[in-house]
Order: sequence, then structure tokens, then C-alpha cells
Amino acid sequence: MSAAEMRGPGPELLVAIRKSFSANRAANQSFLLDVEFSVAPGFTILFGPSGSGKTTLLDCIAGLRRADSGRIAIAGDLLFDANAAANLPAHRRRVGYLLQFLALFPHMTVEQNVQYGLHGLAKQERERRSQEILESFRIAALSRRRPAELSGGERQRVALARTLVLRPRALLLDEPLTALDSKVKSQIVDDLRAWNENQRIPILYVTHQREEGFALGERVLAMNSGKIVAQGSAHDVLQRPALETVAQLTGFENVLVCSFVAAHPEQGTMTCRAAESHVELEIPLSRIDQSRPLRVGIRAGDILLASAAPQGLSARNILPGTLVNLRQQDVMLQAIVNCGVKLEVHITPAARDALQLQEGSQVWLVVKTYSCQVWQGSGQNSR
Amino acid sequence: MILQALTLTLKLAVTVSVILLVAGVPLACWLAFSPRRWKFFVEALVSLPIVLPPTVLGFYLLVALGPLSPIGRWYQTLSGHALAFTFGGLVIGSVLYSLPFAVQPMATSFAAVDGRLLQASALLGASRWRTFWRILLPLGLPGVLTGFVLSFAHTLGEFGVVLMIGGNIPGATRTISILIFDQVETLDYAAANRTALLLLVLCFALLTVLYALRRRAVWGLWSWK
Repeated sequence: MSAAEMRGPGPELLVAIRKSFSANRAANQSFLLDVEFSVAPGFTILFGPSGSGKTTLLDCIAGLRRADSGRIAIAGDLLFDANAAANLPAHRRRVGYLLQFLALFPHMTVEQNVQYGLHGLAKQERERRSQEILESFRIAALSRRRPAELSGGERQRVALARTLVLRPRALLLDEPLTALDSKVKSQIVDDLRAWNENQRIPILYVTHQREEGFALGERVLAMNSGKIVAQGSAHDVLQRPALETVAQLTGFENVLVCSFVAAHPEQGTMTCRAAESHVELEIPLSRIDQSRPLRVGIRAGDILLASAAPQGLSARNILPGTLVNLRQQDVMLQAIVNCGVKLEVHITPAARDALQLQEGSQVWLVVKTYSCQVWQGSGQNSR
Repeated sequence: MILQALTLTLKLAVTVSVILLVAGVPLACWLAFSPRRWKFFVEALVSLPIVLPPTVLGFYLLVALGPLSPIGRWYQTLSGHALAFTFGGLVIGSVLYSLPFAVQPMATSFAAVDGRLLQASALLGASRWRTFWRILLPLGLPGVLTGFVLSFAHTLGEFGVVLMIGGNIPGATRTISILIFDQVETLDYAAANRTALLLLVLCFALLTVLYALRRRAVWGLWSWK
């Protein structure tokens, strides 16, 4: 990367580091974190399964851990450069980092927590700035409370305010909103966006939930095994994955290996058959090598489940099968249906009760053609 | 006679517990957070007085503080008298003897402070020094208080080490426990009973206050305003 690029316009966060890390200490596995990317002002989602190195990466950017090699800079200012032996300690980097565990100081009030990092300022200025941030995050009324007296969403707001009152040059968020319900979450995100309208700093938001990535992301970086495997707009990365690994981590619960059967160009579809079965699927017409196997990804939430043979539907794929397993997963149910291939379907408890579903029930699965994501091989169009 | 012994004992206990508070907190911090491999060696050394008979510690201190050792000779040339059989010698002996009672609770409570809070403090721009004063010390305060009171109470009841290096000099080294021993030796059981009861009540009251304080919500009592 040239010096001119490092000085580029806007407070961009540039990261190009390598570090070996262990994702699973018990198994003594060691991975290599090897990334190079930039984060522009605004929200960028860092998305990947657990153990892919997301937290290690954030720790390196914030200065809690030292990368083995490479460099990290914000708006041209070096935070870390292995070659120049430059390594600013965490408390001098001015990088806001919200840990998943919010780490509010239990012995301090909300106001004391928020003012903690402002100790270098005069009392008046300190109070003005903390008042300002408390108001922008709608927690001014809570300023005398202790963390133990706050709800989850309120704690989240306090932790954000405490970090942002320091006017950091970049903000790192490690799955901070995972535990909150979606309404509270979106209110907090709206307030954060409103705050960032004026500040325009790069915000790197880590999540393993696809929905969050969609809701927040202007840009998405997808990570797996310590590497950035895809980047682009949320739509590109999460909806139309170019890589199989990304598909799996973006929540295609069902990935079928299929062989090509026939193309129907006049309908914009083609037929394929799932390997080792007689199950045929009608999928969107795609440019593929017809002689090679292809993969079809279907999200469990995109499949309809019926207790009687459905009629009069526009969907082209109606697969009879047997319910072999029904399991509670958070608030929804995960149903495994054997149609010749096993498919995972997500339904609500209310649907189970209405359809009187139990293991062994005869069911029909309905899959729209355009719910089928088609790709072939891996390593193509990775960026 | 009791009053003289009591005053001396309290003076010794206050001196020792204050010294251990000042010296024990950094030592406890080091024990709780140091990544050094040979830390276990220091841990064992600090805990030694718990298992060692006081006579052993007292004997070596007597030798070390007396004119036979370089330290004793050095002190004697500086001050004109030996350390052994003086109040100063008693303080040194008691500090070493009560060291584990001060350091262990402190180290335990520092180690129990969530490391992520310390990380968060650094991420908010705080130096190590500030993190210590604003986060670690307030959150570790119950242990610091316990260590302080235990070292105080332990010094009150100390006998063996005091006898070995202090002897039995009224006003200089005769503490309450030595006085009881003295009274029993001279078969004055009534006086021994009065003195013993005083020490018993004093120690019990002290521990009662300590445990009562620990039961209270700690943040409420010691939050920084």
C-alpha cells in the first residue's frame, strides 16, 4: 500500500495485519488471521461464524493484542506498524471498542461511567460533554443510577455513550446488541446513526446474525477462518453469495449437491436433481457448466410446510416428505423433513400447534424457484 | 500494668497493619496480575509464616537482627543500639509474621476483579495508575479491608515471635499476650483471666465489625463521589 493511499481522504480505518491465533484452546488449533481491508466512515458489518477470528481482529485494532505483522492506521495516523516498531498502547489509540460484555463499572453511576474517560478536561467541559451525549442517547434521566439498576438496552446505551463521549476516531462493536430484542436494537442503532451523521467515523460492527447484517450494513465484510472471504454491499454479500463458505455462514441451512437435468430458457428456470435421490427442483436459470455438479442453497425460513397436499400454488417445488425431527431453537422450531433428502425448515410454535405436527407426520414442503440460490464450485468471483 | 501492655499492643498492631496496608497492596497486585513464571516462589515465601512455628521465624529474626548479622551490626552502628529486644525489632517481626494475613485476602480480591473492566478502563484512555485507583482498588476494597483488619487482629494476638525477639520488657516489648504468659507463670490466675478476657473481647469485637461491614453492599459504602 503506497503512502499516498495511507493519507487518502476521509478518516478511513486501514487494517492490513497477520496474526496467528487459537480459536479453540482446548483443541489446540491455531489459525492465521490474515486480513487487509479498509473501513470507510459509516457502518461496516464484519460478519462471520464464531471462531473465525473476529474478536481477535478487533482486539488487534484496539490495541489489546499485538498483531504479528502488518500495519493499522486511521486517517493516515499509524496505530501499529510492525516494520517501524510502532505500537500505540490501547489507552492512546482513541479507538472506541465496545466489548460484548459491556464492562460498565459497577461501583459508579451512569454519569460517572460516562465521564470516566474525560478526566483530562475541566469539570465544566466534562459535564457539558457528558450531558450532551446522555441526551443524544436518551439516558439523561438515568444519570444517577448504577449499572445494576438498568435494563439491558439502557446498559447498552450507557456503554455506547461512555465510549462515544471521547469522540473516538473509529468505533468497534463486538456483537453488542445480540441479546436485545429487535425493537430496542433498532432504536439504539438509529440513535447511533444519528450521532454519526455529524461525526462521520468508521464503525465496524461484528455480528454472526445475518438479519443484523441486513438491517445495519452499508458494507459487509465476511470473514471465515481468519480471512476476509467476501466484501461488498450487504445485498451482494448476504443475499447473493459468491462463495460457498459465505453461503453457509450467511444462513443457508440447506445446501444440496445437485446435478443438472434440463434447462427451460423460455421460463427462466432449469431443473436439477439432488444427489443420491429422486428429488427434482426447479431453480432459476443460471449460467453453469452443465456437466459439473452444482449446489443449491435454500434458507430454512424460506420453505413453507403444509400438513396436506397443497393446491393452486405458484411455487414450482412441492415435495412430500416425513417429519423426522422437531426441535425448539430460541423462539422458533427447527423441523427436519425427509423428502428423499433431508431439509431443515423453520416454523413457529403456533404453526406446529395449528397443524398438529409431530415426529412422523406426513408433510409437504413448498419451495419457490427464486428461493433457491444456485452456484457452482468455489473460488469463483470471490470479490 | 494492663494499660501499659494494652497501649503497647495497640501501638504495635496499628503500626504493623498500616505498614502492611501500604506494602501489601502493591505486593498483592503483583501476585494477582504478574505473568512471571517464578511467581509461585514468592507466593510460597509470603505464605510461609502460616505454617511455620513462630519460634522458627522468631529465632532467625533474632539472629538476623542481632549483632551476629550484618544487618544487625549495620543498624547498631546507625542507631547505637541493637534491633532485637526493642519495639522496632518487634515491628519487623510482626510485619513478616502477619504478611500472609494481609496479602492473601488482598490478592484474592484483586484477582477476582473482572479483567474486562480493567480492559475497558484502558480502552477509555486510562493509564494503569488511574485504572488502579479508580477501578481495581475500589472493587478490591473488601479484600483490602479484610487484609488490614486481619493483620491488625493477628498482631494483637501474636505471642511466639514477640517472645523470641522482644522478650518481656515492660513498656517496650511486653504486649498483652506476653503479659498473660507472665501472669500465669507467677500463678496470678485472676489477673491472667482479666487480661485474657480483654484480649478475647477485643478480638471478637474487631472480627464482628469486619464481617458486619463485609455484609453491607460494598459499592454503597465506598463509591467514589
